[in-house]
Amino acid sequence: MKDDLFFNIDHGYLEGLCRGFKSGILKAPDYHNLVQCETLEDLRLHLHSTDYGSFLANEASPLTVNVIDDRLRDKLVQEFQHLRNASYEPLSTFLDYITYAYMIDNIVLLITGTLHQRAIGDLLPRCHPLGTFEQLGAITIADTPAQLYSAVLVDTPLAPYFIDCISEHDLDEMNVEIIRSTLYKAYLDDFFKFCKDLGGVTADVMCEILAFEADRRAFMITINSFDTGLTQDERAKLYPTCGHLHPDGLAELRRADSYEAVKEEYKLLFEGAGSSTGDKTIEDKFFEHEVKLNMNAFLRQFHFGIFYAYLKLKEQENRNIIWIAECIAQRHRSRIDNYIPIFP
Amino acid sequence: MVSQSNICLTLFSAAIALFIYVGLTYMLTNQGYRFDVGWFLMAISPYQWALTGVALAISLSVSGAALGIFATGVSILGGGVKAPRIRTKNLISIIMCEAVAIYGLIMGIVISNSIANYSTNDPTLIAHKYRAGYKLFGAGLTVGLCNLFCGVCVGLVGSSAALADAQNSSLFVRILIIEIFGSAIGLFGLIVSILQ
Repeated sequence: MKDDLFFNIDHGYLEGLCRGFKSGILKAPDYHNLVQCETLEDLRLHLHSTDYGSFLANEASPLTVNVIDDRLRDKLVQEFQHLRNASYEPLSTFLDYITYAYMIDNIVLLITGTLHQRAIGDLLPRCHPLGTFEQLGAITIADTPAQLYSAVLVDTPLAPYFIDCISEHDLDEMNVEIIRSTLYKAYLDDFFKFCKDLGGVTADVMCEILAFEADRRAFMITINSFDTGLTQDERAKLYPTCGHLHPDGLAELRRADSYEAVKEEYKLLFEGAGSSTGDKTIEDKFFEHEVKLNMNAFLRQFHFGIFYAYLKLKEQENRNIIWIAECIAQRHRSRIDNYIPIFP
Repeated sequence: MVSQSNICLTLFSAAIALFIYVGLTYMLTNQGYRFDVGWFLMAISPYQWALTGVALAISLSVSGAALGIFATGVSILGGGVKAPRIRTKNLISIIMCEAVAIYGLIMGIVISNSIANYSTNDPTLIAHKYRAGYKLFGAGLTVGLCNLFCGVCVGLVGSSAALADAQNSSLFVRILIIEIFGSAIGLFGLIVSILQ
C-alpha cells in the first residue's frame, strides 16, 4: 500500500521517463528493415527513422561496426546517467548497484591488460563508462590481490566483495577469472539481499530476475570449467547462492562432469539447444529467457525493476544491432536472423 | 525502516500498558465510577461535534484529492517526455480528482449552514441538539473518508492511464471508464452525507 501511494512522490517522473525510453526499443518491423540492409550506410539510414535519431550523424563516411558499437553504448550511458542524476534514495542506491557489475568488468579488464603489458592509455578508453570510479587508473600498479585491495579498492563500493578473494597468489590469467567470478558472486548475493530488503513489488520482480541470473552464472561457470584445471570444490565456491538452484541444484552441478549431467536442471531451456551450428546455443536460450523476464517487469507499476529491465533490454538490443551490422559488414548473411527478438 | 517500526511498536505497547495500569488503579481503588464514558460524551458540546465534522469533511477530501493529483500529475510529466500527445488528454484524470475535493467543499458548506445557535433548558430539546451534532459529525466523517479513498483510487488509476496512453493511445478511453467507477465511490459518500 505504501508502495503504491507514495512511490510517485520520489520516483514517478523517472518511471514515466523510463517507460517512454522503453517504448523506443526497436520492434519487429524495425528489425525486418535492418535485416534487409545491404550496407552499413543503409543501416544508419534506417536507424535514423527510429528512436535513435541522428546519433550516427557526425560520423565519417566509412562506418565501421566498432564506431556503431561505441555510439550505441554512449547513447545508453547517457540515458542511464540522466536517470541516475535525477533519482532519489533508495532508487539511486539501486541504480548504483547496477553499475557495480560494470565496475567489476572494468577492473578485470585492466588487470588482464596489465598482465599483457598493455599501456594504461590503451586500456582506459575500453572500459565501460557506467563502471568508472575515481581510482580506476591506479589498478595497474598492483601485483597481488592483497595489494590491489589495500591500495585501490578499499575506498570503492566494491570493497566488501573483495574479502573472499584476497589470497597470496599472484595475479595471473586463471586467477583473474576466478577473481571476477568471486566478485560477481558476492555482488549478486548482495544485490539480491538489497532488493529483498526493499520489499514489495520491487522484491518480487527483481528477485526473480536475479535468481535467474545466478542460475545462469552457475551453469556457465560449470560448462566453461570442464576442460580447465578447476576442481569441483573451487568451482562450487564460485556459484552465486541467490538462485532457484540453491542448495540442491548447486550440489548436483558441483558433481557434474559433463555437459549431459548439467542438462538435468532447467530441462525446458536445454531442450532444443544443441551444439551444432544450426541450432540456438544454450547462451541464446538464456538470453531469450532473460528478455522474457525483463519484459514481464514492465507489466507492473510502482517498482524499481523497470530501470534494471530497461538497461538489460537496451543492451540486448545493442547486441542485436551489432550482430546484424557484423553480418552485413562481413557479407555473411546466413545467420543474420539469429538476433534475439525483444518485442514478439 | 526497521528502527522506525520498532519505535512505533514500543510507543504503542507503552500506551497500552499505561492504559491498563490506570484502568486497574481506578478499578481496584473502587473509583470505577469516575471512568464515565457517558459524562465524557455529554461534556463535549454538540457544536464541537458538528464543527469537527466540517473539518473532517473538507480536510480528508482535500487530502484524497491531493494524493490523487500528485500521483497522476507526476506520471503525466514522465510519460509526456517521450509521448507529448498524452499531455492534454490526461488532464481529464486530474479534473476527476479535483471533483473529489469539490464534493468535500460542498459538504463542508452544507454542514456548516446547518449549524445554528440554540439556548434551551428542555432536556428533550437538548437531546435533539445532541443528536443533530452527532449526525453532522457522522456526515462530515463519511464524506471525508469516502473522498479520501476515492481520490487515491482515481489518482492511481489515472497514473496507470497516463503511462498506458503513452504506449498505446487506444487504451486511454477504456481506463477512463475504470476511473469513472472510482469516482462513483466519492459520489456515494456525498449522497449518504446529504441524507444526514
